[in-house]
Amino acid sequence: MSTYTPHTQKEVQEMLKELNLTSLHELYKPIPKECLLQKLDLPSGLSQFEVEKMVKSLAQKNRLYPIILRGAGAYHHYIPPVVREMSKRSEFVTAYTPYQAEMSQGILQSIFEYQTMICELTGLDVSNASHYDGATAAAEAYFMCKDKKRSKLIVSPFIKESTLEVLQTYINNSDIVVAPQNDFGKIDLEKLTKLFDDTTAAIYIEQPAKNGVIEDAKKVGELAKDYGVKFIMGVYPIAMGLIKKPSECLADIAVGEGQSLGLNLAFGGPYLGFMATKTALQRKLPGRIVGETVDAKGSKAYVLTLQAREQHIRREKASSNICSNQAHCALTAAMYLATMGQKGLKDVALACVSNAHYLKDQLLSLGFSLKYKGEFFNEFVTVSDIDSKMLLYELEKNDILGGLPLSSKEILWCVTETVTRKDLDRVVEIIKGGVC
Amino acid sequence: MKFTSTHEWVKKEGNLSAVGITEYAAGELGDIVFVQLPEVGDNVVAGEAFAEVESVKAVESVLSPVTGIVKAINEEIIDSPELINEDAYSAWFVKVQVEQEGELISQQEYLDLIK
Amino acid sequence: MLTIYQRSKIGAKSFEAPFITVPKYALDDKYLGKEETILPSVSEIDIVRHYTKLSQNAFGVDNGFYPLGSCTMKYNPKLNEITASLDGFTSVHPLQEEKSVQGCLCLMYELSQQLKAITGMNFSLQPAAGAHGELAGLMIMKAYHESRNDFKRTKIIIPNSAHGTNPASAALAGMEIINIPSLDDGSVDIIALKNACGDDTAGFMLTNPNTLGLFEEKIMEINKIVHKCGGLMYYDGANLNAIMGIARPLDMGFDIMHINLHKTFSTPHGGGGPGSGPVGCADFLQQFLPSPIVIKENDNYIFHKPSKSIGKVKNFYGNFLVMVKAYTYILTLGAEGIVGAAQKAVLNANYLKEKLREIYYTKGSCMHEFVLSMQKVKEDTKVTALDIAKAMIDKNIHPPTMYFPAIVQEALMFEPTETESKTTLDNAAKVIIDIVKKAYVSADELHSAPKKAYITRPDETLAARNPKLRIDLAKG
Repeated sequence: MSTYTPHTQKEVQEMLKELNLTSLHELYKPIPKECLLQKLDLPSGLSQFEVEKMVKSLAQKNRLYPIILRGAGAYHHYIPPVVREMSKRSEFVTAYTPYQAEMSQGILQSIFEYQTMICELTGLDVSNASHYDGATAAAEAYFMCKDKKRSKLIVSPFIKESTLEVLQTYINNSDIVVAPQNDFGKIDLEKLTKLFDDTTAAIYIEQPAKNGVIEDAKKVGELAKDYGVKFIMGVYPIAMGLIKKPSECLADIAVGEGQSLGLNLAFGGPYLGFMATKTALQRKLPGRIVGETVDAKGSKAYVLTLQAREQHIRREKASSNICSNQAHCALTAAMYLATMGQKGLKDVALACVSNAHYLKDQLLSLGFSLKYKGEFFNEFVTVSDIDSKMLLYELEKNDILGGLPLSSKEILWCVTETVTRKDLDRVVEIIKGGVC
Repeated sequence: MKFTSTHEWVKKEGNLSAVGITEYAAGELGDIVFVQLPEVGDNVVAGEAFAEVESVKAVESVLSPVTGIVKAINEEIIDSPELINEDAYSAWFVKVQVEQEGELISQQEYLDLIK
Repeated sequence: MLTIYQRSKIGAKSFEAPFITVPKYALDDKYLGKEETILPSVSEIDIVRHYTKLSQNAFGVDNGFYPLGSCTMKYNPKLNEITASLDGFTSVHPLQEEKSVQGCLCLMYELSQQLKAITGMNFSLQPAAGAHGELAGLMIMKAYHESRNDFKRTKIIIPNSAHGTNPASAALAGMEIINIPSLDDGSVDIIALKNACGDDTAGFMLTNPNTLGLFEEKIMEINKIVHKCGGLMYYDGANLNAIMGIARPLDMGFDIMHINLHKTFSTPHGGGGPGSGPVGCADFLQQFLPSPIVIKENDNYIFHKPSKSIGKVKNFYGNFLVMVKAYTYILTLGAEGIVGAAQKAVLNANYLKEKLREIYYTKGSCMHEFVLSMQKVKEDTKVTALDIAKAMIDKNIHPPTMYFPAIVQEALMFEPTETESKTTLDNAAKVIIDIVKKAYVSADELHSAPKKAYITRPDETLAARNPKLRIDLAKG
């Protein structure tokens, strides 16, 4: 058993003596007898060797796929080695929230740089220091827009189910209205305007949408502006390397799932929610924010700022309860963006969109059809008479994780820069040989 | 000038009344960094919060000494909240057309209160 | 320190995108972004030097003593980091078929069982942080009352010594907050509690040990008062480290709780997160837990949606890799190790408190943390708790939590944790006593502490009055 307590027996005795105690049990005198646990029902501790072996054997029970064609909110992108290595530094990993600025300039600067890059990525003015994930960031963005008069949230029919489920947990369900869809697999703009009224706080869409289709975000933004409704845009950050960013679509708030910025798939987390907005709304931003100032000698310094918004000061009047965030994930995302640079991000986005359209063409030539007519980024939904389960099973036998089955006939495919033409041709061959 | 026990002041200026927070309140808060004011045309109710003041480490609601309609807001303190620390009695928050006064106390009573 | 943008050079790069082996696809111009996205262009060596430099100006548990009250900054074992980096965990897609992720599901199931042994409660591991778990817990409380058609229970009672997240979470859950005062030692004012309880009470939130590091000796009386009026007891697990394996929240009469895996179970804080805040509840509430949870059916682990679930509080299943770390830790320590860790945490806090008696004396013993008031020092010398805390930085000790709880004037809250040695505590006590003594001879020196840190005291007022929240790229 390893305990990680550094005390020698002798020291424990010395310390007890200093406290006029004879045993460790006496420390718990204030606890009423009826609360005391007789025996903790856990196995005995193990050596590090044994634990490592046990946990490794669990990890080995998971199936890994060298080729992943599944996304739906978690995206397999290449993580550059420098990001993987540098993010591990233990000064970053084992630090607390940088409340003591004098001791935490490194952490604070990393967040300040992260905020800058998120502003650049979204085109908006200010970013917070991170959120739990994209879905909770969307929920909190709604709270920034809600007031006494306006409480309705309109959402695109193509936001991810899990985002919608989180919104339904956070928000009064009577306040959420799902907008109608059109033939292209996008939000129906004409019908949308009929939903806007003076009780509408915000509209939320995801770009690209859950079916991969690129929404007419700019038009949504223009309509929202006409009706005095706030526009919250959830974005897939890799797509921002190519397509219009929130500022170009007149968004008031941008949120998103930042996992694709250098974070592992990791069975769903930890991931990263990012959030940016315009200066006019900066005091409504939830969570921590780092600002630049000067120290007593006039040198540049970073601090956590605008803290009077937060729960530790505002308590029940705070508009958000967030305290711990995903700081280390934000640090990793900043490293990723710095490593990629503008060109790298664009190249990856171009690889994603090209690979995805290539696979789409190949599948169409096998007799598959597309469920939606709208242009897509790197995800698309196919329809065919081939049973989805059977098809995916064939791929699985060849160590390929196929798209996400939506029904017995429909599959949501996702293609990233991590596959080559050879890989995709193999996928097509397997489908052709196995089930077509 | 009259006061509230919650550290606001109110002063008649023509047919409107200016409202602010006391020097004592500003001092307790420390360096004020942000003020949130209502909009012109909003109703304020005596004893209810109509504004907020923030320092680096605290935030307080400002309660209205009177009931009425906001006719003017002081944009200067939005841009330069330090004016409140510098001279709390000239840094008014809003000017209100008063319909009814709340529970007000005299200067002496207020001074006794904070003694 | 240079910013990453200051290290940027046109043409420099550290990433080469994979060669595109398919025909390049051109999206229609109407979709393409036109605004520039300015990201740094930096060579790999410059990225490495930049982040190395930033790390050298950060302070983690690996750098030194971190007695930050209520944050449980214990040592984060390296084994945890190794198991959480296993490819078999990091490369698993969250939407793989259940049969292909039995290792992940088994780990989640086993961790829930471990937490149940320690607390007596049933858990959903989905919440991402303590405050997130609190919010989920309060949603469970609300859903429970409403499921019984009891819609009038909208009020939550919270002591004024509580962590700020308590009232903030309750407000977000749509509850009305009734603050009650605490006694001088931070314990619950029983009379005030009785007066606040009624048929509109949804529940009562409590940290035990409380935020002054004392165990609520009247906890059984408290839970009877709350239950008698029809309310539920919520346990804020922030201070669980003191009593893990010693007393279970369920046995103290609590119905709902959250755990901060990133405090009690040694997963690192990462400069502010990610944490993990599993939410737990007694048997009669388990159908309300956030979805999904993992259950065992025959020899298979599967996801399950509890019948009256409050829903999802987050995408997917929670901060999984953080769970791997906590699971590894609990396996390593085992029953006796968990109890031993709690005992040593309490021993260390009492020992440090005793060593500081020269500057501040409090009667009685504490649990895992204690609060000193520097009010007298301030009255005598004008040196504040802040000054004292800042002076510790020059001695390579992270300051304790300052000015919390608000019911103590000039508060400094120390939580040494169990992973610090007697030598470290002896040294820290000496440092703190020396600083306080210095207050009486050269107060000015302390007003301007720290001297040896990367910066001197920052101007927080300027930062808040004129917020500069990103690098101004026009200025460079």
